[in-house]
Amino acid sequence: MPAKAVLSGVHFMNGDEAIAEGAMAAGCRFFAAYPITPQSEIAERLAARLPRIGGTFVQMEDELAAMAAVVGASWGGDKAMTATSGPGFSLMMENLGLAVMTETPCVLANVQRAGPSTGLPTAVGQGDMMQARWGSHGHYELIALCPYSPQEAFDLTVRAFAMAERFRTPVLIMTDEVVGHMYEKVEIPEEVSEASRRRPQGPPDEFLPFKPDEDLVPPMACTGEGYRIHVTGLTHDERGYPDMSADAQDKLVRRLCDKIRLYPDEYTLWEEHFLEDAEVAIISYGISARVALRAVELARRQGHKVGLLRLVTAWPFPDDLVRRVADSVKGLVTVELNLGQISREVERAVKGKVPQVGVYHSGGRIHRPEEVLAGIEEVL
Amino acid sequence: MPVKEQRQAPPPEITQGRHPMEKYLRMDRIPHIWCAGCGLGTTLASFLYAVDDMGLDPDSLAVISGIGCTGRVAGYVRMDSYHTTHGRPIAFATGLKLAKPYTKAVVFSGDGDLFAIGGNHFIHAARRNLDMNVICVNNLNYGMTGGQVGPTTPLGGRCTTSPYGNFEHPFNLVHVAASAGAAYVARWTSLDVRRLQKAIQEMLSRKGFSFLEVIAPCPTNYGRRNKLGSGLDELRYYADHAVIKHGADLSETDMIPGQDFLVGKFVDSEKPTFWEMYQDKVAALEERSSR
Repeated sequence: MPAKAVLSGVHFMNGDEAIAEGAMAAGCRFFAAYPITPQSEIAERLAARLPRIGGTFVQMEDELAAMAAVVGASWGGDKAMTATSGPGFSLMMENLGLAVMTETPCVLANVQRAGPSTGLPTAVGQGDMMQARWGSHGHYELIALCPYSPQEAFDLTVRAFAMAERFRTPVLIMTDEVVGHMYEKVEIPEEVSEASRRRPQGPPDEFLPFKPDEDLVPPMACTGEGYRIHVTGLTHDERGYPDMSADAQDKLVRRLCDKIRLYPDEYTLWEEHFLEDAEVAIISYGISARVALRAVELARRQGHKVGLLRLVTAWPFPDDLVRRVADSVKGLVTVELNLGQISREVERAVKGKVPQVGVYHSGGRIHRPEEVLAGIEEVL
Repeated sequence: MPVKEQRQAPPPEITQGRHPMEKYLRMDRIPHIWCAGCGLGTTLASFLYAVDDMGLDPDSLAVISGIGCTGRVAGYVRMDSYHTTHGRPIAFATGLKLAKPYTKAVVFSGDGDLFAIGGNHFIHAARRNLDMNVICVNNLNYGMTGGQVGPTTPLGGRCTTSPYGNFEHPFNLVHVAASAGAAYVARWTSLDVRRLQKAIQEMLSRKGFSFLEVIAPCPTNYGRRNKLGSGLDELRYYADHAVIKHGADLSETDMIPGQDFLVGKFVDSEKPTFWEMYQDKVAALEERSSR
């Protein structure tokens, strides 16, 4: 009897394993990766589980190949995913760009560790947030989600696949070593709806593979379906043929950005804690938001009106949301495991209307709640 | 000072014949970008004749290319075709093939793409014995970018980035392929159109990782800088120097300018593919869980 793709029930698992289970529940049947700490538990779980549910696992020769294989598998018709950490994330940037340009739905999980370079391979970091946004060359948009618990790692992976198909874009799960290795209760529902791909309508002869629907996303035909598509990383027209003109370039890149930019309600996820009466708002994401929540509790105990805006969607950055929260408080504290990346976006959105303090650490350990508390006191 | 008016003769009327393999080409993309005398046209034609002769359904094929002159093949075939990133067509094809195991994956790319930037993917795909057909058009240099030295440029070869002659030892591609575990390995020149077609038919009818090296002229870049004459002169050189020796010892297959070199079918073997090995594991798992 084949194993179950959706492992319904209550489990005790870590964030990495939850990502693997979320992927299979969402319909992922192809996973390619290269071993790297602290991602390995994702690959190991899928190596054990995918062959039992009709899927394919392949350990590639490097992360360049892993990402390229994922793009190829998606064009072969599979829901496809890879996972890595810092150094591998750098190598994946090339074919992440190919996925953006060819509008290939796929999911990439980055279990962040402390960099630059080999850095602290086994220890937490959040230093890849800007690389997630701008790491591949050229101008583009994509979606990046930041889970702060194993349960959310599962839930967001399921949603990542749905968003990848909806927008025909790579979706990043920007988690970190602590969430990846943290064991908690994970509840997997009885049924999980698989992400569905928008299929072409009408005869193959009339099909233009890169002609968008009204929402700017084109339906997708895959290998062997009779459409005889041509797919290229070159700037292309609606037929998919290379077009080396500046006009074609501008038209294509604007559409690739707008197809995501224009629909923030469909991917912007966040959580608000104690913001109703807050005078100071902490803005954070991933594991840092979990520490920040503890700091909020400590501050409240001391009588300070402090709240937390936890960003779940980091990219595209939720400017309006941050602006709304900033308008209701006297100061902001951004907490992250780098020396100021998302805080730049906060500054850009808020435009100096309220003071902002950054509570930074370059990684290797998570923040101590007292450090966040000190940041709160700075803006009070 | 008035500039003397440049008189241009009207362009000659193009009386284009129809290509017999037109049905497999994206005719709305023709004329192609390849130079006169290049070996790519004949290589592509050999592939299309092979497909036609075998009566293959074009929808059962996927053509995957990297970047470079050969990388443009994917843009001209009227099949599912993917023009990927530089060096990565084999990695891309790995994913595509494993998602669609019954599609015949044909990777068409150049020596620089497959053996410099993509060398790692090549040896590992051969090692895994992935069921794919890799056709490498080897023109001894990077043609698309203007004729730089590459991993197959012969010793002494003059290129834009080896202006005093190449001093790096070149790869012998068929030797690399065989050493890495390719199940089928052949080398022909772009003069050998019938043999190319036959080799491609053999590749398409066998399972496992098959590799074909096509030695091709690059009169615009490599040929010009090394005074090899026109594309036709290079073909004459092949006619004079290529010696057919099937099953030759791969250590004898080095190519040295001015000396005879071996062409032919060097490896034709059978061993289980990645997919077959994977399916065996899946079947064993199912049997164990049903017990």
